[in-house]
Amino acid sequence: MSATETGNWTPRPGAAPLPRMVAVQAALETRMLLRHGEQLLLTVIIPTLLLVLFSAVDIVDTGEGERVDFLAPGVLALAVLSTAFTGQAISTGFERRYGVLKRLAATPLPRWGLMCAKTCSVLVIEVLQVALLVGVALALGWSPAGGAAGAVAVLLLLLAGTAAFSGLGLLMAGTLRAEATLAAANLVFVLLLVCGGVVVPLDRFPGGVQAVLELLPISALSEGLRAVLQEGTALPWAELGVLGAWAVLALGLAARFFRWE
Amino acid sequence: MHATAAVEVAGLVKRYGRSTAVDGLDLTVERGSVTAVLGPNGAGKTTTVEVCEGYRRPDAGQVRVLGLDPLADAAELRPRIGVMLQSGGIYPGVRAMEMLRHIASLHAHPLDTDALAERLGLGSCGRTPYRRLSGGQQQRLSLAMAVVGRPELVFLDEPTAGLDPQARRATWELVRELRADGVTVLLTTHFMDEAEELADRVAIVDAGRVIAHDEPAALCRGNARNTLRFEGRPGLDLESLLTALPPDCKAVEPAPGSYLITGEVKPQLLATVTAWCAQNGVLPDRIAVERHTLEDVFLELTGKELRG
Repeated sequence: MSATETGNWTPRPGAAPLPRMVAVQAALETRMLLRHGEQLLLTVIIPTLLLVLFSAVDIVDTGEGERVDFLAPGVLALAVLSTAFTGQAISTGFERRYGVLKRLAATPLPRWGLMCAKTCSVLVIEVLQVALLVGVALALGWSPAGGAAGAVAVLLLLLAGTAAFSGLGLLMAGTLRAEATLAAANLVFVLLLVCGGVVVPLDRFPGGVQAVLELLPISALSEGLRAVLQEGTALPWAELGVLGAWAVLALGLAARFFRWE
Repeated sequence: MHATAAVEVAGLVKRYGRSTAVDGLDLTVERGSVTAVLGPNGAGKTTTVEVCEGYRRPDAGQVRVLGLDPLADAAELRPRIGVMLQSGGIYPGVRAMEMLRHIASLHAHPLDTDALAERLGLGSCGRTPYRRLSGGQQQRLSLAMAVVGRPELVFLDEPTAGLDPQARRATWELVRELRADGVTVLLTTHFMDEAEELADRVAIVDAGRVIAHDEPAALCRGNARNTLRFEGRPGLDLESLLTALPPDCKAVEPAPGSYLITGEVKPQLLATVTAWCAQNGVLPDRIAVERHTLEDVFLELTGKELRG
């Protein structure tokens, strides 16, 4: 049948079911992220390289125990940072700049549906990252503590961290110019990588500085994961509290100040 | 069947900071018709359309689209409209067909995307990322996205800007087909011929207001005049010509070497002009008596050349 036949354009409007809209949007965003070379460098290659390099070579004194036992939780935190914050900020910033957010706003997909899709896409990427990094860490001799209860705590920490970093990333993407977001998101990534207890233990910093650094979301996530996976703590309340506070603050600010165009 | 028009805009005002983009604009688009909003850059065309699409909140005035408020009733309205932005709106890295299929999948009864792509000449570049498409391909993809959801009302913001003549004709043909199947189309353009070819009604917009709103033929008929055009060497002394012409005639040189005389063009007037040319040693090139075009209407209404 040819599209040029009369009657083919006859209006028959209607929105697809909401779950389907969110699912196809999430699938598209995930494909776009996976297709993006710079994003993969950030989300996959850098965390994996850090894990392998710092486990194999004694670059930083990671305290007692196997280096990989210290590094694996930090690198998992870094993976969440790279996807929920840096990757999401950059991609959303450019979607805003290229009018993609504007165009999607004219489709039947509601704005909150778009945000749901973005979250789903971030979670899918994180699952892939965690699977890869856990595999590599286990191959390097990682022996995580915590057991089944620990897995629940880890899940809670990862979700809280994702919420906090997503809020910060969207706040940045929705308020700054795309180029500024690109620069700032990468800068923050490097700073938090160095100062957030990812590969360098926080107790290497002077006492006063350390107290401040512990309040960063990346420190709360890496230290929280370490408390569970290295020390076997059941539920690291303090770290969860810090992450929860960041999540509420950042998501609230993003909801208030995000500009779609 | 429908009591209300597809688009009803009354007294629309939209300001950006201190500048007023739209200044008391009225516009009605009947269902099943094609309306062209015509005007120079900065006249307020895009702002008006974007208010109707629900992108911008009016500072004053009433706007109803398919009987709905574009902001308050956005969820109900969006599935029923198709939008082609003036530019952008597409991920640079997305493949052409991937994007079209995606927009289709957000609708309940979309068109067949392969047939649509074929119809718009996108069949050969379906796997090409958006950023590597030619300007014309990007425009056609954007147009395809506007119609794929089988909307009742389509907004096309400068749909043929930057297209070659062949692609423009193809776009016009599509707009005619949409209309024939009962789709309402509101398009903006700064091409007179586009408005004359396509539109049931034309709204001429200047400085944020509609200064004329009628059928193209009626706008051109307006004062039952004709136009005499000719080309000659630039900078001829039109004052001396005007003294020879009847008093209600106007003579202007809108572009160097291109002359336009409006008024009641009778055989005597043509003789007067050629005699004047002979006196001045000018061989008029491409001398033509034409019906009054929208371009002339625009010039008379605004004192400006549309594409100036």
